[in-house]
Amino acid sequence: MPIWVYILSSVVKSGLLLFVLLTAVAYTVWLERKVVGHMQNRWGPTRVGPFGLLQPAADGIKFLFKEDLTPPHVYKPLFLAAPLIAVVFALTSISVIPFGNSIMIGGYSIPLQVTDVNIGLLLILGVTSMGVYGVALAGWSSNNKYSLLGGLRASAQMVSYEISLGLSLVGVLIMSGSLSLREIVDSQGGHFWGFIPRWNIFHGQLIGFFCYLIAAYAETNRIPFDLPEAETELVAGYHTEYSAMKFAMFFMAEYANMITVACLATLMFFGGWLSPLNEGPWLQAHGAPDLIIAILPVFWFAAKVFVFLFIYIWVRGTLPRFRYDQLMSFGWKFLLPLSLMNLIATAIAVAW
Amino acid sequence: MSIHLILFLAFGAVCVAGAVNLLAQTHPISSALSLIAVMAALAGEYLLLGAEFVAAVQVIVYAGAIMVLFVFTIMLLNAGEEERAKGSRVATLFGIPGVLLGSILVAWVLLRHSGTEAVAAGGLPGDPKTIGQLLFHEFLLPFEITSVLILIAIMGAVVLASKPPTSPAGGPAGKVD
Repeated sequence: MPIWVYILSSVVKSGLLLFVLLTAVAYTVWLERKVVGHMQNRWGPTRVGPFGLLQPAADGIKFLFKEDLTPPHVYKPLFLAAPLIAVVFALTSISVIPFGNSIMIGGYSIPLQVTDVNIGLLLILGVTSMGVYGVALAGWSSNNKYSLLGGLRASAQMVSYEISLGLSLVGVLIMSGSLSLREIVDSQGGHFWGFIPRWNIFHGQLIGFFCYLIAAYAETNRIPFDLPEAETELVAGYHTEYSAMKFAMFFMAEYANMITVACLATLMFFGGWLSPLNEGPWLQAHGAPDLIIAILPVFWFAAKVFVFLFIYIWVRGTLPRFRYDQLMSFGWKFLLPLSLMNLIATAIAVAW
Repeated sequence: MSIHLILFLAFGAVCVAGAVNLLAQTHPISSALSLIAVMAALAGEYLLLGAEFVAAVQVIVYAGAIMVLFVFTIMLLNAGEEERAKGSRVATLFGIPGVLLGSILVAWVLLRHSGTEAVAAGGLPGDPKTIGQLLFHEFLLPFEITSVLILIAIMGAVVLASKPPTSPAGGPAGKVD
């Protein structure tokens, strides 16, 4: 592949991905308000556009035109940098996520992924672990007790649950023998008895998946683990002092992280873009257009990610918040041993 | 100049600038953040050498986890700005040339007598598989000893941090009268 094709495709892919991701973030917010609304016997947004579909645009305009306050006693450099840190790391981690197989454009095979590094998973973990600084520094630099408590809670919580998160993924790594997300997906191809897909969740990683799911909710500071911004105790936690677009950046970072975590769950446990139905050969035999065959994996990927986002919202509409000591003892005394045992069991099963 | 060399110099510049900034800053949080920049730039250098696994671990462990604890502690202690000492004239007169001389000496000895060639960009076998092979075959004993050492340190920390033993009656020991 000539270098200009490489550069051009990278630029186009990055731009497209950023556009899709930010749109997805905006509409996840809409989806959350709508779904939680219906769960609580309300309508959710209905006024702006059909079904309130233009609500994200209205929110965006409002964020842009609100007064951007900087309180007098904040530590200014970090107060300004914290939302940037949060949003930059949230958007970076999506760059190694593969969305489908390669597609052929003009004779060149273009992988549906911004960059394929063979330590893709470690890169995501590294970038997410840097994302803690956004929240922690926001809390500290605000010079506000509630913010500081929120920041401290966030950093302690994210560091604690990161261990369980990592360990729950190691089981999958042992089974696939690779750190490249593309190879992990490829290792999950095929079906048991012709109809149950060979995804890792049906392949002995059920406990690993639940450890991952719980740890991921804690990593993204979502209910039932949203103690850094618990409004009943801490006003709004680490983003109490933020307004307008700076607040929106934290909001965007949180939802972008949700999407990344959902993508990772799809890739690691649910076969990524692989179809559950094995319809590819059938479609080819019946002369389906190439475009449909090329788009179908992306469709499956998006559908699985959507399911995870829906579960996120569902959990938010269902569960109350933990107490902080419950959160810590759950993470260290239950989740960590469980994910360790899952890891040992997987290792023994694979070696045997 | 190849792109590798340019990137190497860029990361090196960030690294040195971060280290100098670490010393120059008066606020502990700013110093800690400079240290994070140093760690991240070092990860970039490792990546350029082809040690991608080490680079990732550097970011996850040092920049991501250990420095979070540093920042956490500074935030919790609410450490304020330190006062700038005027410093003795002797330290300025002899200290800075001394440090320069010392680093030149170390660099010269390393370059002259270590007997190693400079590693080409991407020249290290740094993929996870090779590292795993080395750790679990060739260096298994040192690896396990280090693990046990860290485990002992963790247990010591837990013992030190746990609550002092209470008397069987429930109240604090030695309060019987």
